[in-house]
Amino acid sequence: MSTALLIEQLLNGLQLGVMLFLMAAGLTLIFGVMGLINLAHGSLYMIGAFACALVAAATGSFWIGLLASLVAAAAAGAIVEILVIRRLYERDHLDQVLATFALILMFSEGARWLFGSFPLYLDIPPLLQGAVPLPGGGQYQLYRLGIITVGVLVALGLYLLISRTRLGMRIRAGESDREMIAALGVDISTLYTVVFALGAALAGLAGAMVGALQSVQVGMGEPVLILAFVVIVIGGIGSIKGALFGAVLVGIVDTMGRFLLPQALTLVLPPSQAALVGGALASMLIYIVMALILAVRPSGLFAAQS
Amino acid sequence: MKREAIANAGLALLLLAVPLAASTMGEPFYITLATRIAVLALAAVGLNIALGLGGLVSFGHAAFFGLGGYAAGILATHAFNAEPLFFGIPSTTSMPVIWLVAMLVCGLIALPIGAISLRTSGVYFIMITLAFAQMIYYFAISWPAYGGEDGLSIYVRNSFPGINTARPLPFFLVCYGLLALGLMLFWALRGSRFGAALQAARQNATRLAAVGIPPFRIRLTAFAISAMVTGLAGALFADLNRFTSPSMLSWHMSGELLVLVILGGKGRLFGPVAGAMLYVLLEYWLGGITERWQFFLGLILLGVVLFARGGLMGLIAGKERHG
Repeated sequence: MSTALLIEQLLNGLQLGVMLFLMAAGLTLIFGVMGLINLAHGSLYMIGAFACALVAAATGSFWIGLLASLVAAAAAGAIVEILVIRRLYERDHLDQVLATFALILMFSEGARWLFGSFPLYLDIPPLLQGAVPLPGGGQYQLYRLGIITVGVLVALGLYLLISRTRLGMRIRAGESDREMIAALGVDISTLYTVVFALGAALAGLAGAMVGALQSVQVGMGEPVLILAFVVIVIGGIGSIKGALFGAVLVGIVDTMGRFLLPQALTLVLPPSQAALVGGALASMLIYIVMALILAVRPSGLFAAQS
Repeated sequence: MKREAIANAGLALLLLAVPLAASTMGEPFYITLATRIAVLALAAVGLNIALGLGGLVSFGHAAFFGLGGYAAGILATHAFNAEPLFFGIPSTTSMPVIWLVAMLVCGLIALPIGAISLRTSGVYFIMITLAFAQMIYYFAISWPAYGGEDGLSIYVRNSFPGINTARPLPFFLVCYGLLALGLMLFWALRGSRFGAALQAARQNATRLAAVGIPPFRIRLTAFAISAMVTGLAGALFADLNRFTSPSMLSWHMSGELLVLVILGGKGRLFGPVAGAMLYVLLEYWLGGITERWQFFLGLILLGVVLFARGGLMGLIAGKERHG
């Protein structure tokens, strides 16, 4: 096992983590401010990917596609919030789970209806094609580095937005006391729509960026959604710092587990068995980590005060 | 409560009468449809113990449904290939033994899952149960010995002493009988001292603890019983389809089980039965009209959650007196 391979896998883990952060940040923000658990977040991710693929195919530019993914996901988020989600804030979590589960059925089947079951493909933009050399030999895809950069910038931007702007102040106020900021004259229902659309846009961005690495298809949001849930549960629901920490942890543990576990097990098992057991263990690893963390800290690592 | 009793009896008779009529008219498809309803209803009765009585929103009951299914599939495969299970213990195709194994496995796995999950509450509980189910799902997918992603076929439906289970009607009656037992269990639990404590834990855990009953143990027991009933239904479901696959463990399945309970009315004795009837009939009816039935199913479901609280039993039999 060379250093270059190890660094490559670490970067892959970081890239997965960053992508998960984009999903988890929206989820945790929506939960923190509105107390809503949104299963349909994966559908917004899918909408972003589809919008990017379609617009990029029509205009020939990935960048316009990326912009379209933000707009489309934010618009879809705002519409869904106004039509459905705002009726759910006062309901219990069970109703929220069911209603957003119903939304997933509708979004997935709707996308299949409009675009068919065949996957769409999205090319990596020319600017980010190619690879950069890694220390110790080996190469790393420039595009994945680009995703990591975008993720870091978004994290920074979110931090500034929440800690330095008026909107961020309202979001924080909404997290600590909804009734009070409504009483102080803040238009709370607009604030909720904005927060939901912001979370949706982040999910759409993640979907568009990952769309160029994988194919764009119906159902692509669901595995990511569940990983994002694991992330926010580990980090503490409602905490963006927790989401960042949890996302990087999950990304790296998952990637390194798949890479290292089968190899590590060859020390105690014959190679064929090691690959088998290692693979099975690796696919369960993040859930095991989550269970361990929750067993010790039942409300996550950075639980927001409630 | 009288109106509810009449509604319950009506539903029970309807579910029995349709397959009997279908059998005399030579329409085995409707018997299979009714069997599907009975099996899914039993799974939902299991979930209703945790969700309706205990207020535990488990988003991971597919784990137990699937484990039950795999218990049936694995035992049947070993018996079919005449391979012993382990330590030379021979396998079996006898349904009662398979049911016991399925329930035992689910109970034993539900205990650690419940013990960790019940440390949390609210939205964390929803997500951690989901995560445990995903863990088992990914294990099933990546473990090739029992079919991995492709699932496991049961070539000959498992047997029940004295009954030809290969024919649709006798198998339906077996499932119907188990559903009746499941409902009786739910009814007995709800009326028992244990059930009273469980419902008290849902309504006010602090007060329950203050009178000297620790809510944790009550909830854990309920979670395990609930898992066992759902696991039993999973074993039947595998036998119904003669197939076990990871999709039985998927989070969609967990969602569907929640939907069955809510559609019918959570905490109501016959809620899961009404929910399963409505769900399977909608699936069948919408699937007949349009290829895009999932879209309309989603729409109907959304309507029920937003506007028809209390579910189908709430509509038929009125509001519950207490809850």
